[in-house]
Amino acid sequence: MNKIVKKEILAQGIKLLEVEAPQISKKTQPGQFLVLRIDEKGERMPLTIFDADFTKGTVKIIFQEVGKTTVQLGQLKVGDHILNLMGPLGNPSNIKNYGHVIIIGGGVGIALAYPITKALKRAGNKITSILGARTEALLILEDKMRDLSDKLYVTTDDGSKGHHGFVTDILKELIEKEKIDLVHAVGPTVMMRAVARVTKPNRIKTIVSLNPIMLDGTGMCGGCRVTIGGKTKFCCVDGPEFDAHLVDFNQLMTRLSMYLDEEKVALQVLKKKGVNGV
Amino acid sequence: MVSNRGSRLKNSVPMPKQQIENRVQNFSEVAKGYSIEQAITEAERCLQCPKPLCVKGCPVEVDIPAFIKCIVEGEFKTAIKIVKDKNSLPAICGRVCPQEQQCQKFCVLGKKFEPIAIGRLERFVADFEPETGSKINEKPPSTGKKVAIIGSGPAGLTAAADLAKRGHEVVLFEALHKPGGVLMYGIPEFRMPKNVVRAEIDYIKKLGVTIEMDVVIGSMYTIDELFKQGFDAVFIGTGAGLPRFLGIPGENLCGIYSANEFLIRVNLMRAYEFPKYDTPVKVGKKVAVIGGGNVAMDAARSALRLGADEVYIVYRRSRNEAPARQEELENTEEEGIIFKFLTNPVRFIGNDAGWVKEMECLKMNLGKPDESGRRRPVPIKNSEFIMKVSTVIVAIGQSPNPLIPQTTKALKITKYGTIEVNEETGETSIKGVYAGGDIVSGAATVISAMGAGKKAARAIHKYLMNKERNKKLENAYARS
Repeated sequence: MNKIVKKEILAQGIKLLEVEAPQISKKTQPGQFLVLRIDEKGERMPLTIFDADFTKGTVKIIFQEVGKTTVQLGQLKVGDHILNLMGPLGNPSNIKNYGHVIIIGGGVGIALAYPITKALKRAGNKITSILGARTEALLILEDKMRDLSDKLYVTTDDGSKGHHGFVTDILKELIEKEKIDLVHAVGPTVMMRAVARVTKPNRIKTIVSLNPIMLDGTGMCGGCRVTIGGKTKFCCVDGPEFDAHLVDFNQLMTRLSMYLDEEKVALQVLKKKGVNGV
Repeated sequence: MVSNRGSRLKNSVPMPKQQIENRVQNFSEVAKGYSIEQAITEAERCLQCPKPLCVKGCPVEVDIPAFIKCIVEGEFKTAIKIVKDKNSLPAICGRVCPQEQQCQKFCVLGKKFEPIAIGRLERFVADFEPETGSKINEKPPSTGKKVAIIGSGPAGLTAAADLAKRGHEVVLFEALHKPGGVLMYGIPEFRMPKNVVRAEIDYIKKLGVTIEMDVVIGSMYTIDELFKQGFDAVFIGTGAGLPRFLGIPGENLCGIYSANEFLIRVNLMRAYEFPKYDTPVKVGKKVAVIGGGNVAMDAARSALRLGADEVYIVYRRSRNEAPARQEELENTEEEGIIFKFLTNPVRFIGNDAGWVKEMECLKMNLGKPDESGRRRPVPIKNSEFIMKVSTVIVAIGQSPNPLIPQTTKALKITKYGTIEVNEETGETSIKGVYAGGDIVSGAATVISAMGAGKKAARAIHKYLMNKERNKKLENAYARS
């Protein structure tokens, strides 16, 4: 049982929970995730660890309400409990001084970009951040990311803020005029695929953090398998970060859609109970 | 009189089972267990050999003739006491041990007739007990020693029980949200009811064992940190958790599961009750399960119960080589699952949406025996054929979980990724650290894991008591 000690609404349908988890908070490194289960009938869901405070013994998670579990999670209040919390899982990000790093965060993916950026900044890198969102109201952590970045760009699909277009538009411009040592992209799979397509011909080392469907998170189920350079890897124990140029993104996207029908059913059942989320 | 005795001895009392047409539509236990009368009738077949061979076939050395004699006399409580003296999980073993390869294989009756149904009798006395309530004999005096057990599967539970019985403080760490390991996530309800597992775990808790869930040793605590926290010894029983795949084209198409994933969804997450429970599972009309072990049978029978029209077992060797328990093979056949022996998939073919639709297979012949002693399957040239499938479940075994070896550099690992141990004691390359079960042997059976847990518990006890004795000696020398 893990008590919720703080709750924040970051944007429409994007929420932050700070949860008591003393041992996880001690061990968490940037890039790692946890698996949670809200209650006895709940599913196991992997979530990025946004921040960990070992002095308080808490971890922070950020999520967007898109399916049954995230909507249900968003309904929880300070003082409520999450039944199971397990982690930290996955390999930490490889933090060192690369030189000039471009951080690309898309949507709720910015939540994972943040701790990685923080660590890369501390390691002495020059940071240029590109944050992408569908629309201004869905953009999160802009100020926090600005504090860590030498330069920061915002793009929105509808032009409501910053550049009207995609993160890759800015990326292409930067590639033309600057020396880039590493690109680290976290966000929707389609965005990460687009980033990989831009950096590959330019031979810029690119790391992505993948988010396949996962069950146990410890290597047991193989549901999170991804094809990396023609070889099958388990995202939970071999990842979650991989060389973007080796990832079979199309397969990942297909596998992510495996349970779309069931996800709709589960959400409807929840809504029938009067829970509507945002 | 003699002839009458002969006919009584001949066949064992058949196991009462749920009707086939009913059971394929539910997840309730298939084998219902003996009634009192059936158990006594079966127990009376036992010859009570003065030098019982059956005991030698039991990895945990249960005094089999003694407990069977108690059944004959109606002393069921004494019977279970005798079993539990050696085996802390009898309700589980009675259900899933491959008795025909162990105790029953050596039964003298078996030379002429059917061997005595030891497993069924073990289950009978174990099931009889919860109704009367399991009692714990008085707790032994505390030794003041603390042992960490990693993994709450059969090896860990057994080691935990045996160490607690010897007066040690035991903490059992489980990574998942429910204790029991493979008993909980792997073996389906219809073969291993979860309330049976829970009752056995409750018994172990009553012995004084603490169980902590959601703890991943390796990432949350390293083995070193466990010692620093005050544990005097550690037992690793993390199992063979990583599913193997065939390594053939198309294996990551949608609709292809590892047996682990499929069974975790169904058993641990109760996908058969979706959407009451959140986790779904996809079962198409035509399901092919690859493999010939118990896990393959469990997956196939689960798929059938989840509404598949046709379920196939596709196995590259023949029925004789299939490693599944005899009883499970029979149950699977009875339920109408179609066996395709001597058949091996070579690639999966997907539709435009990325879902598996066909499987190309090769026919096999049996060649000379391989290192496992079973005849090696050899492909027949130009025998390719296509099977239409909508769901595939790959049940060809598991590899050891690397989480602990990765974070424990001093731990010696074999080339197979298993932990190297002294076979007699389970001792690893690190002092005070022991290991047993599938993480040492590679994927094997519940009972062999329990045997390893038992052996290690004995060795850990000896290690801790010697350590205590040496400490006292040192103190005595220091004072003199």
